[in-house]
Amino acid sequence: MSDPLGKAPIVAPGHTAGSVTDKISSIVFERTPRWWWAAFGASFLLVMMLLHSLTKLLFTGVGIWGINIPVGWGFAIINLVWWIGIGHAGTLISAILLLLRQEWRTSINRFAEAMTLFAVACAGIFPLIHVGRPWLAYWLLPYPNTMELWPQFRSPLIWDVFAISTYATVSALFWYVGLIPDLATLRDRSVQRWKKMLFGAFAMGWRGSAVHWHNYEVAYLMLAALATPLVVSVHSVISFDFAVGQLPGWHATIFPPYFVAGAIFAGFAMVLTLSIPLRRLFRLEDFITLRHIQNMAKVMLATGLIVAYGYMTEIFMAFYSGNQFEEFMILNRIAGPYRLYWWALILTNVLAPQAIWLRKVRTSPALIFLVAMFVNVGMWLERYVIVVTSLSRDFLPSSWGTYSGTYWDWSLFIGTIGLFLALIFLFIRFLPMISIFEMRTILPGAKGNPE
Amino acid sequence: MNGVEQETVGTYGLMAEFESPTGLIAACEAAREAGYTKLDAYTPYPIEAVWEALGHHKSKVPLLVLLGGLAGASGGFLFQYWVSVVAYPMNIGGRPFNSWVAFLIPSFEMMILLAAFAAVLGMFILNGLPMPYHPVFNVERFAQASRDRYFLLIGKIDPHFDPTETRRFLEGLAPVEVAEVEE
Repeated sequence: MSDPLGKAPIVAPGHTAGSVTDKISSIVFERTPRWWWAAFGASFLLVMMLLHSLTKLLFTGVGIWGINIPVGWGFAIINLVWWIGIGHAGTLISAILLLLRQEWRTSINRFAEAMTLFAVACAGIFPLIHVGRPWLAYWLLPYPNTMELWPQFRSPLIWDVFAISTYATVSALFWYVGLIPDLATLRDRSVQRWKKMLFGAFAMGWRGSAVHWHNYEVAYLMLAALATPLVVSVHSVISFDFAVGQLPGWHATIFPPYFVAGAIFAGFAMVLTLSIPLRRLFRLEDFITLRHIQNMAKVMLATGLIVAYGYMTEIFMAFYSGNQFEEFMILNRIAGPYRLYWWALILTNVLAPQAIWLRKVRTSPALIFLVAMFVNVGMWLERYVIVVTSLSRDFLPSSWGTYSGTYWDWSLFIGTIGLFLALIFLFIRFLPMISIFEMRTILPGAKGNPE
Repeated sequence: MNGVEQETVGTYGLMAEFESPTGLIAACEAAREAGYTKLDAYTPYPIEAVWEALGHHKSKVPLLVLLGGLAGASGGFLFQYWVSVVAYPMNIGGRPFNSWVAFLIPSFEMMILLAAFAAVLGMFILNGLPMPYHPVFNVERFAQASRDRYFLLIGKIDPHFDPTETRRFLEGLAPVEVAEVEE
């Protein structure tokens, strides 16, 4: 199925609906590979670290963190924004590329959607623990209560509650609906009865009848059309947390588009980080081809350029505004106490991705992986710079302060990385990591595809 | 698999297996031309031509999504209005109680949320899911429908259904196999 542009095929030649089904479902049915235990074990240890830190936090309070007055946000918000941003690539790949009829998305969308779910789960931890008394976090929700209190709907923090919970719910629905036909495949291919029952229960009696598919395709397309504006709204709302505030460096109209681009940038970096080793370990090079890796790298480069443009606009606007606080904010970023973070940010987010212009880098999954790792770090640094430099140096020198994360800040952050990886490893072990039924549709001879 | 003398009590219908989507589409069209109406086809992936050949009309899912979206948007907005103007009016920096611009954002999220639920639940309801048992699963080869085989079912409830005639008709469509679906 080579297209007129002469690009590499999306699926390696020689595959049929049967072979695609067998290959992808065999990953679920085969014996657990030894590397899986090692990888899962390592991430599980980090989950234990996360639980330890959470326990310590619940018994002691947020005083164990580095937050102070004036830097009251710190790691919790940095990590929230970082994780949510990572999640956005999953929705972009599954929804926006579906609407744009980018068939190459098919072999990575399931996996990217799972990544979204787990990233949002990690993100969700931080605002909950940041409220200090997480057992009262339900106060954020509007519900009739004996205190006769209602949330204040003019606040971006309440918008966040609605945006993130809707995003988590819709992502879960999208992922599950996408899984149903594949769960039916696993049900039909299970040998043991208990597996048949388990997959069968989640497949809900899917038969793949014409009526089923008809309603299914429409519903799936509708979900994609709903998820597309949703994903843009979520990161815009998160940027409002900053932009609606009045601090120099936060109060900028460029924030929503700049944050959305940054989210996609970070998300594609994470999809690359995960898919490059996994395609190797599971020998999925036939399905996740070099063309997929290259396409994702190009999206990463494009969104990276938008982000770089955002940085330049911030600098330009600071001086163009003639506002002394804005000017000071930028100079403080470049040469102030947190200058190392800012320069590292420029290195990782602006300079490193430029390597993708080179064909040599673009054709080497290992080098693309390296660039993606730079971006993963860089996007975290970006949020660090935004949160910390602005809060620590506001309008009045008498209220200035300094900030650095404590052990507990780091252990919680690294612990969520462990949680994320552990969930990813469980997912690829127990569920088909590539959408089998969608792979069947892009094979030669399927539907109206040329033989 | 010789079904001439099989009795029709306890039969759900007859099912023919095809190797290619084109074979199935041709069979669907032939069955429609022969006057059969209670047909269903089973494929490993969505094929538009199949439901067109079966004469299915438009899905009702979009209508449900529209209703869900309207309910979410209007309900979300009215709720915020009620909270901020009626139940708990609060002066926040001199902004009006009905700060409708701010309310648009949660309203938008509620619109997406309810519309998405309408899409998913609507799809389930229209497809009759969850349905743990269905007669087609009694056909042993049917497990291949979720792999790479294509099936056409003619239900017993079809007015034209006749165990012998229908089997002969299906066998004339060059299937891999024709199987009886037990109830």
